[in-house]
Amino acid sequence: MAEVLVLAEHADGEVKKVTVELITLARRFGEPAVVWAGPGAEAGQARCAEFGAARVYVASDAALDDIVVTPVTELLAQLVREKSPALVLIAGTGQGKEIAGRLAVKIDSGVLTDAVDLVPGDDGPVAEQSVFGGATVVHSRVRRGTPIVAVRPNAISPEPSSGDAELVAVELDSSPSGARILERVVAERGERPDLTEASIVVSGGRGTGGAEGFGLIEQLADALGAAVGASRAVTDAGWYPHQFQVGQTGKTVSPQLYMAIGISGAIQHRAGMQTSKTIVAVNKDPEAPIFELADYGVVGDLFKVVPQLQEEIGKRKQLLFRTSRRPD
Amino acid sequence: MDGLINELDEYAIEEGLRIAEANPESEVTILSMGPEKAAESIRKALSMGADKAVHLHDDGLVGSDALATSYALAQVLKQIGFDLVICGSESTDARMGVMAAMLAERLGAVQVSLAAAVEIDGSAIRVRRVSDDGYHQVEASLPAVISVVEKINEPRYPSFKGIMAAKKKPVQTMSLADAGIDPSLVGIGGAATEVVDFAQRPPRQAGTIVKDEGDGGAKVAEFLATRKFI
Repeated sequence: MAEVLVLAEHADGEVKKVTVELITLARRFGEPAVVWAGPGAEAGQARCAEFGAARVYVASDAALDDIVVTPVTELLAQLVREKSPALVLIAGTGQGKEIAGRLAVKIDSGVLTDAVDLVPGDDGPVAEQSVFGGATVVHSRVRRGTPIVAVRPNAISPEPSSGDAELVAVELDSSPSGARILERVVAERGERPDLTEASIVVSGGRGTGGAEGFGLIEQLADALGAAVGASRAVTDAGWYPHQFQVGQTGKTVSPQLYMAIGISGAIQHRAGMQTSKTIVAVNKDPEAPIFELADYGVVGDLFKVVPQLQEEIGKRKQLLFRTSRRPD
Repeated sequence: MDGLINELDEYAIEEGLRIAEANPESEVTILSMGPEKAAESIRKALSMGADKAVHLHDDGLVGSDALATSYALAQVLKQIGFDLVICGSESTDARMGVMAAMLAERLGAVQVSLAAAVEIDGSAIRVRRVSDDGYHQVEASLPAVISVVEKINEPRYPSFKGIMAAKKKPVQTMSLADAGIDPSLVGIGGAATEVVDFAQRPPRQAGTIVKDEGDGGAKVAEFLATRKFI
């Protein structure tokens, strides 16, 4: 069976959720083989095995960590030459797409980005992409070389399956040059999940009225164990940091639950969230376009609705706590 | 896209103008690949203050995918020469986000993309590169290809003087032959990907919208509970 290469996203030996999504997806097309660039493969091995990875190619050359994009691309190109995989899967993050693009040039193969699904077809894998702000669904395929597909986080549901995840050391053939990373700064986000990986996202918009009102969004997010998002109006006004902007010019999210609080739902915003599985909206304007997308909407004052919602969540949690403490 | 510079490219142009202003020996050239009507957006870029423009325009380019487009643009760039290429980070139509990376690979230049701040110091370039969890401070030597994220700057509006001056600025139109582009590697024939089909996304099923009668929060909680979110 042909191999499918999956480039792992990881931090401190922890495999990111998008990577187990890609390993799950890879099983549709062949034997999943994870490509692990940098340290931590031993720590991540079990998780790769749990989702069916047959092996993990490990390259720990220092350049992979210190130099932007080029060494990882070189590693993938080398593995494509040596292993002739059926397909290369990469997380559709900002950097993931760049790696996909460079790899495509390097091995002269077609690349598809922002895939939300990938299925086998008569002439190779067919990717589903949503374009024009999510209004149009396009099916595309690669017709030259080894297909390279960058898949959006949260698009595929991870399903466990057992694999050996045998660690195989790989030496980088060349010593790539490029832009050197001097310093890494991780933005403060406390204990909240990563915005693009979270299964619940609570976003606030202009309706929150300011940085102070936006605090309500953070509280609700914490009650639900959710990530916090913001509309462009909010980040433009400086009420919340820019990296949390959801929309065409910000992050694209497709969580299980998206809560839009005080967000009107301009096309700019919808482009970043309309593939969410369930959408709940709270807005005082009954004409707000966000209600066209909402599975459940409340027309009302968010400063009344959200605190009440939070109180209800608190009550239910307490109830759950009591029942679990006193089994019959 | 209707002769408008897409919004992200304005950030790239603005950044180019700022870098040129800080480095008096330099010159800003607008490179655009597109149909006849791309001339309008080129004029707008020139009226913002760019010095000259190259318009790659040939019917043979129609249907080029990202890989073919990067090849065509790289051929032009090799011919006109550069110290720094600045791309918008994603075109608003197809959201590929790969062009800077592809160009860097083809040109053998350093890639310092997803830039939220750029600083040029002689032949060194330092960039604050946006990462998924914050940012990386990176450094490289020119020549380089960069892409900028929105928010890197506030693009200027063309002044009346700028609009008048733009009319006299040189715009060089290039065909495939002029740029030394192999016609078999671009257009629909040269594309490494193809669209199988496309359709409007089916509208989402209409949801339940209620008016808050003092119990809006409780109702949302009820809905979240039925969907097992709480």
